Amino acid sequence: MISINTILKEVLNMSDKSLPSPFWVMVRKEISEHIKSWRFFILMGLILLTTSGSIYTILSVIRDNPAQLSANNTFLYLALFTTSINNLPPFITLIGFLGPLIGIAFGFDAVSSEKNSGTLSRIFSQPVPRDYFINSKFAGAYIVIILLIFALGFLVTGTGILYIGLLPAAEEVFRLFMFLIFTAVYIAFWLNLAIMFSILFKQPSTSALSVLAIWLFFTIFYSLLVQFGTHTFLPADGFAAQQVTIALSRLSPDFLYNELVTVLLNPSIRSLGALSFEQISDTLPSLLPVGQSILLVWQDIIAIVAATLICFGISYALFMRREIRA
Amino acid sequence: MIKVTDLVKDYKQKRAVDHLDLTIKKGEVFGLLGPNGAGKTTIILSLLGLTEPTSGSVYVNDWNATSEPLKVKRIIGYLPDNVGFPENSSGFESLIYTGMLNGIPEKKAAEKAAGLLKVIGLEDAGYRKTKTYSKGMKQRLGLADVLMKDPEIMILDEPTTGIDPKGIQEFLRLIRNLSKQKGITVLLSSHLLHQVQRICDRVGILVDGKLLAEGNVQELAEKLSPGHKGRIIVKAEPITDDVIRELMNLPDIGTIKKENGHLIIEGSSGLLPYISKTLVYRGADLYQISSKEYSLDDIYQHYFEGGAEHV
Repeated sequence: MISINTILKEVLNMSDKSLPSPFWVMVRKEISEHIKSWRFFILMGLILLTTSGSIYTILSVIRDNPAQLSANNTFLYLALFTTSINNLPPFITLIGFLGPLIGIAFGFDAVSSEKNSGTLSRIFSQPVPRDYFINSKFAGAYIVIILLIFALGFLVTGTGILYIGLLPAAEEVFRLFMFLIFTAVYIAFWLNLAIMFSILFKQPSTSALSVLAIWLFFTIFYSLLVQFGTHTFLPADGFAAQQVTIALSRLSPDFLYNELVTVLLNPSIRSLGALSFEQISDTLPSLLPVGQSILLVWQDIIAIVAATLICFGISYALFMRREIRA
Repeated sequence: MIKVTDLVKDYKQKRAVDHLDLTIKKGEVFGLLGPNGAGKTTIILSLLGLTEPTSGSVYVNDWNATSEPLKVKRIIGYLPDNVGFPENSSGFESLIYTGMLNGIPEKKAAEKAAGLLKVIGLEDAGYRKTKTYSKGMKQRLGLADVLMKDPEIMILDEPTTGIDPKGIQEFLRLIRNLSKQKGITVLLSSHLLHQVQRICDRVGILVDGKLLAEGNVQELAEKLSPGHKGRIIVKAEPITDDVIRELMNLPDIGTIKKENGHLIIEGSSGLLPYISKTLVYRGADLYQISSKEYSLDDIYQHYFEGGAEHV
């Protein structure tokens, strides 16, 4: 653990001579607490176990039987993240599922545990502005999450390079980067939501259950509800039903994220909704350049970033207004 | 050093602090006494700028604690009620962290932390994880934590709760010594008067957000019970009305009551010779005479039961 601390010191203290700002001292403490926690190891283990299965299957297919992959898939490394073989969910689905769990696990007791253990009032009596606390809670957890996500992404790509022996194309690298960045933003949304509940509820278990309930609602029930709703009120196969379904689904952060990363990692997706025959009739079935893919999901990006910021804003406001009675 | 003027703090349901004035001089050990819910913690939080007063002002070292909390927090060390430390760090690490939050470079903070662990007697346990600590050890570590920033003022909220009696003695003596050696002003709150009166230069009694009295222990006793200097219990035979009348004529004597064969006389122990002389002179056989001074504890108890109506 000493080595981790030394590395953190190197990274966070720009130079030895100048004093580290209290904020970075606090962030550093957050990071080291997260990294030393059991929670972190369990999540790491969970993610590595589930994703390695999926990645391994795809890699062996690519090496031994590439014909099994669809013919127009020119981007092998993107396929690594998106293809589902033998009913094993692809990497993006797994991360979309487990990512929120990381955020929730790092945030659900961020404030309440400090309050309950009596460390909060001690920190507040130190000469640091009050918002340093909530900011460092977020920043500390978020730095760990970003490192985790990028490490995971690079690990998969690296394994791919070792296995396949080809280098990823620049466009692939760029798309992967975007994918990792927005995954981190998506997890930040859940982190902020969890931090918000940790301020609202005194009991960490209550807050964990509430966030998990929201998460389950959006990942499982929401899409069912939307389909059920539209099918009861609108003719089943109509264009209107489809539009309404998509519009309603986009209220779910889970749906937004899946749409976003699917488009980012699949250059062959050209549209998010249904296209009429006139629209398709003269198009060439080519792949979209990165810029166009991003343009396609621009509203999703905005929505996810906005939701993340709103959650943080609410947490911040709640926290600053709270009476600090032990 | 600390000057609170006309402080009022209202919560939704009740008024926690009611027009409170309080001045604490430099280097003084001040005890804020009151039952639970009297407003002690609220006063402390407003001194640290952690809660905004409804009206009135709080000045610490000539800084307004409400508008300049950072300056104030630089010189105040606060040991909260139920202090806690990150469970998976050692006490030593926690101290370094506090030091760094106060702008002390890590190396210096480590040296200082090691020194303080010696002062509070946790040289060995200080390097273990804090989740293994007893309540008393946590309180002592809390004191070291407060001292990390070289405070000019220490504020200790209920510092003795949960420590065993022997530990309390040591802990309070430690506080007193530190204050006198380093010239630190100390404000400590408690609901247990007899523990605190020994180490305080001055105490203030707080009931329902009002400061009923302040001063040193003797002053307080006089202020709180003018004329009620003590009780004298006499057993003598026979006691006639004449005797009682004569006793009433003695100076500085309060009421006289007859209670199952005893005379209960209000007055100080200085009256004992006069009373005994009077009785003997009047031909009564004196079997027992004793005086009981009101201890501050009695007075304190009396106020807590009766609330503010006695003022």
